Amino acid sequence: MDIVKLTIDDKTLVVEKGTTLLEAAKTIGINIPSLCYMKLEDLNFENKPGGCRVCVVEVEGRRNLAPACKTVCEEGMKVQTHTVRVVNARRTVMELILSDHPAECLTCAKSGECDLQSVAQKLGIREIHYQGEQSHYKSDKSPAIIRDMDKCIMCRRCETVCNEVQTVGVLSAINRGFEAVVAPAFEMDLDHSTCTYCGQCVAVCPTGALTERDYTWKVIEALVDPTKTVVVQTAPAVRAALGESFGMEPGTLVTGKMVTALRKLGFDYVFDTDFAADLTIMEEGAEILDRLSKHLSGDKEVKLPILTSCCPGWVNFLEHNFADMKDIPSTAKSPQQMFGAIAKSYFAQKLGIKREDMVVVSVMPCLAKKYECTREEFSVNGDPDVNMSISTRELAQLIRNANLDFKQLADEDFDNPMGASTGASVIFGTTGGVIEAAVRTAYELYTKNELKKVDFEELRGMEGIRQATVDFDGLPINIGIAHGLGNARKLLEDIKAGKSTFHAIEIMACPGGCIGGGGQPYHHGNVEVLKKRQKAIYREDAGKAIRKSHENPFIIKLYEEFLGAPLSNLSHELLHTHYFDRKKKIEI
Amino acid sequence: MASVKIPDTKVEELKAICQKFRNDGSELINVLHGAQELFGYLPPEVQEIVADELNVSLAHVYGVVTFYSFFSMLPKGKHPISICMGTACYVRGAEKVLDEFKKLLKVKVGETTPDGKYSLSCLRCVGACGLAPVVTIGERVYGRVAAGDVKKILGEY
Ligand code: SF4
Ligand code: SF4
Ligand code: SF4
Ligand code: FES
Repeated sequence: MDIVKLTIDDKTLVVEKGTTLLEAAKTIGINIPSLCYMKLEDLNFENKPGGCRVCVVEVEGRRNLAPACKTVCEEGMKVQTHTVRVVNARRTVMELILSDHPAECLTCAKSGECDLQSVAQKLGIREIHYQGEQSHYKSDKSPAIIRDMDKCIMCRRCETVCNEVQTVGVLSAINRGFEAVVAPAFEMDLDHSTCTYCGQCVAVCPTGALTERDYTWKVIEALVDPTKTVVVQTAPAVRAALGESFGMEPGTLVTGKMVTALRKLGFDYVFDTDFAADLTIMEEGAEILDRLSKHLSGDKEVKLPILTSCCPGWVNFLEHNFADMKDIPSTAKSPQQMFGAIAKSYFAQKLGIKREDMVVVSVMPCLAKKYECTREEFSVNGDPDVNMSISTRELAQLIRNANLDFKQLADEDFDNPMGASTGASVIFGTTGGVIEAAVRTAYELYTKNELKKVDFEELRGMEGIRQATVDFDGLPINIGIAHGLGNARKLLEDIKAGKSTFHAIEIMACPGGCIGGGGQPYHHGNVEVLKKRQKAIYREDAGKAIRKSHENPFIIKLYEEFLGAPLSNLSHELLHTHYFDRKKKIEI
Repeated sequence: MASVKIPDTKVEELKAICQKFRNDGSELINVLHGAQELFGYLPPEVQEIVADELNVSLAHVYGVVTFYSFFSMLPKGKHPISICMGTACYVRGAEKVLDEFKKLLKVKVGETTPDGKYSLSCLRCVGACGLAPVVTIGERVYGRVAAGDVKKILGEY
């Protein structure tokens, strides 16, 4: 390892060659303010356009101030991070940025979580000495994401994540000078582009320029409507992150408090998407075994690998970019949609109410789910199976609106029957979890033997692409895992080229899986937060009495009372779907 | 849906331009240059083909097209009007002349009138500083133009 020695604020330190001043300073506890820069360690995301100049420092012997995020440490460098000259320069650039930014913090969705706001506070900006025209752009409202480019500071983090991590390539800097902005081609709205609604651009945007479409008020309207029975479902990854919105340590599990809060908010039934995740495993597991045994018996018609289909961001990606492969994913709907379909049939019948009188709300770590529940094939006579989807952040907002002291809430349990779940369903919230859950069930169904050890460490981790071979009592099953759409693309290209040797592949659009979803509390560039959420998910699994989906007693009952068996006609009608060729042609 | 249909032969020519640059994404600017020579402008359909051929995102192509004022997404008018914005022309009032054109034609720089008759653009020094401010319309050159002359000049077309 090559090293260099330098001094920062009169402290001498030694760092690895190639380290930037920003990173080096951090190792000795000096946090140089930064704005455009963001790095997600291990997730292939680094945005350093060096554009904002908030991070400038003084380097002895250099005439100009240097941006710390872009300047590499050199032997013998002497750096000062907060001289009067530096502080003044930072204030000047900050005032210039703010002079073209609407001062709408009071009503901005990002307020309190905005990096621009916090840097302005850190620098103590109290007055803006520059006045000029402010740029205005048309606003863009898709079912999942709102773009308000008046608030864009051109850091280009969104462009980097969409292009380099997701390889979707919807966003690019366009125009020049005063009119420069980040936008889809031809300044189309997102819903005319190939956007997957993964929401990763929202997750990294420092300002209120990119935010989720907010449905909290629609939820409140449903809750106060006396003619409606309002049912809520919560996705696995929500319980591992919601606490952060109330100042709790990342990785704190708040399942019980979340249930209590939802009950206090007035939901008639507090159910769990995990129940539907167990159901997904029943259907998807049966489908995997079906395809696998046909394949093993030499049926050339049967395509392998089978791909998981529970992530709507990934499904969008497939439909836009790999439509010729649209018969490879499992036909199982996502847990959100399975939940809706069962709630508005089985459960509505149990209650003796019409499906139109039931409102299903989902709480998701995800922005793609907002779009998914608007898809036509997921509604019956215009009544959607899931009426609306709110993010983890929006649930936190509802809890604040209701003036609940979240940290002090007692723990309560989900309602039955659609609140019961197993450890297998909880791990849907992290990369590797869906396939591990499927393996736990498929193994027992295939071998007819009991699984001795339910933990498959070989499927876990944060590597972008992972592979493992699981032994089905002598039959080796090759499993692939990809999270982040750029990684998914690599596995898909392999399949296309006929090079893939996997039997089954799990794909999640978001880095880390749903724990890193676009609707989660903001991580502000700290990947440790995602890792802690992942640990929490596995803790929740380990603590569950039942850890295999097919042993969930309420799932067994659902099949006995209603569905019959996995892949039955009714199961097909309610729980399976198909995919469309949506290669976009430009429409402007 | 696509507003302009490009004839197949032109599509082949465009693809040949891409191939000339080995379908290399880093040659995007050169490819767009060639494409603009071929079509006279860069409509969305052309950008889409270029994006597909070079395997770069359409947003990126559009980003480059909108960044360089040299590229245009609008067809040139029958009478392309250019106003020289070189230093000599500028100090002698080219901007006022430009404003007058904008006012009378109701278009911005880089745009074409809805009837397709005129398009308006700016040039850097055309080397006719002795005649500043200079306006060209098609092949014709007008020297020492004042804002008050613009109406008369347009009247000639
Ligand atoms: S939601 Fe995802 S695909 Fe869409 S623009 Fe943002 S990062 Fe790109
Ligand atoms: S939209 Fe947000 S992330 Fe994208 S460039 Fe603007 S401020 Fe940065
Ligand atoms: S990984 Fe999870 S949060 Fe991200 S798009 Fe897919 S389902 Fe949504
Ligand atoms: S953070 Fe370094 S230039 Fe923006």
